Amino acid sequence: LSICFRTVEPLEYYRRFLKENCRPDGRELGEFRATTCFFSSGSITTADGSALVKLGNTTVICGVKAELAAPAADSANKGYIVPNVELPSLCSERFRSGPPGEEAQAASQFIADVIENSQMIVKEDLCIANGKLAWVLYCDIICLDYDGNLLDASVFALLAALKNVQLPSVTINEETGLSEVNLKQKTPLIIRKHPVATSFAIFDDTLLIVDPTGEEEDLATGTVTIVTDEEGRLCSVHKPGGSPLTGAKLQDCITRAITRHKEVKKLIDKVIKSITPK
Amino acid sequence: PPSSPCPGDTSVLAGLYGPAEAKLSKELPDRAALEVLLRPKVGLPGVLERSREQLLRQTCEAVVLGVLHPRTAITLVLQVLSDAGSLLSCCLNAACMGLLDAGLPLSSLFCGVTCALDPDGTIVLDPTTRQEQEARAVLSFAIDSRERKVLMATTKGSCSMEEMQQCLAAAQRAADTIFQFYRDSVRRRYSKS
Repeated sequence: LSICFRTVEPLEYYRRFLKENCRPDGRELGEFRATTCFFSSGSITTADGSALVKLGNTTVICGVKAELAAPAADSANKGYIVPNVELPSLCSERFRSGPPGEEAQAASQFIADVIENSQMIVKEDLCIANGKLAWVLYCDIICLDYDGNLLDASVFALLAALKNVQLPSVTINEETGLSEVNLKQKTPLIIRKHPVATSFAIFDDTLLIVDPTGEEEDLATGTVTIVTDEEGRLCSVHKPGGSPLTGAKLQDCITRAITRHKEVKKLIDKVIKSITPK
Repeated sequence: PPSSPCPGDTSVLAGLYGPAEAKLSKELPDRAALEVLLRPKVGLPGVLERSREQLLRQTCEAVVLGVLHPRTAITLVLQVLSDAGSLLSCCLNAACMGLLDAGLPLSSLFCGVTCALDPDGTIVLDPTTRQEQEARAVLSFAIDSRERKVLMATTKGSCSMEEMQQCLAAAQRAADTIFQFYRDSVRRRYSKS
């Protein structure tokens, strides 16, 4: 009977739970879904680094491929990082196959901004020979199952995949001027900062819930995503319209985001330690 | 009808069409379907324009009373005429004035304010392109007219929590000037006719 009510009047169904300060899947308003992360040994073997992240039912996989290219004329000592978020039609019925829709493009732009703002990878580190050769990191983030909170999962997957990347050493042969790639010698990527995203959904202009599922996102009147790094600095505050919030409410979101950052960092460190060969 | 506010030399032309009949694939049964198209000055719209369109669309959706016009389409077209910094807040202001000019039912007005944080910590409102590039962080807010709450927020670069709150407070104060400008423009327009 409750299933009928849920289909016919989803908003009223949710309001009954929110009044009791909890949600239909049993979580508190400030509680995250179970987060798991799998690294390259199970994921993509052809990529230079990859990670699979599950946030409850939302599943996102990120593969990083490194290629060589000549740096741009105006920034001869910088490499490139090109993120791309794909929302294929298999992850949810709301996405059609064809050119990337608005949500995918906005998500790609968001990830590019996070990388840029947090300086997690300094582009100068990707340069091999000034003006001649630099690394290009193509980061493909593909959503396999969409159940809300895409941005958090994508940022986490990207961070995990980049931590996993092993770049082969490249030397430029003086005589021929060609590059020689040594696949036997690999060095990990230098990651300076670890940004973590925390998303909130705004209900009825007042209530803020953390880590919304797909159903909650549809019913919400707005969303906020906060990206913090380990020093407690804000890398990004992304509130694309939706219900207005006071400065104080925004402050609450930021404090919750900082706590979440610590939890996620601990999780990543634990997983990395478990796969590092002894 | 078009309208174009310009802080400094940045100018954006906004054209609003609607509420008009919507295509069957796009119509929503209980509210108006809002669409925003942002055209850059040169080149074709890319990923950056799409993400800005999403920001503008969701901000407008929060204020437009779409439930009064179900199954219709409201299209907002923004053309960038010149860009000398603070482009996003110029687009927001153009959008709001367009909505006002078209006479659409709104629950509140909104205005866009951009703040740039200098490397030494000073807050610069409505920065020029040069100031934006040299700044440590650039924050853009859309502030609503009722209670000066934050409708939209987007940041570039990193800053601390306190700095963000300071920028927000400065933006809320600056919003008063912009709302006064709206009031004066509307008064001027309707006093002639």
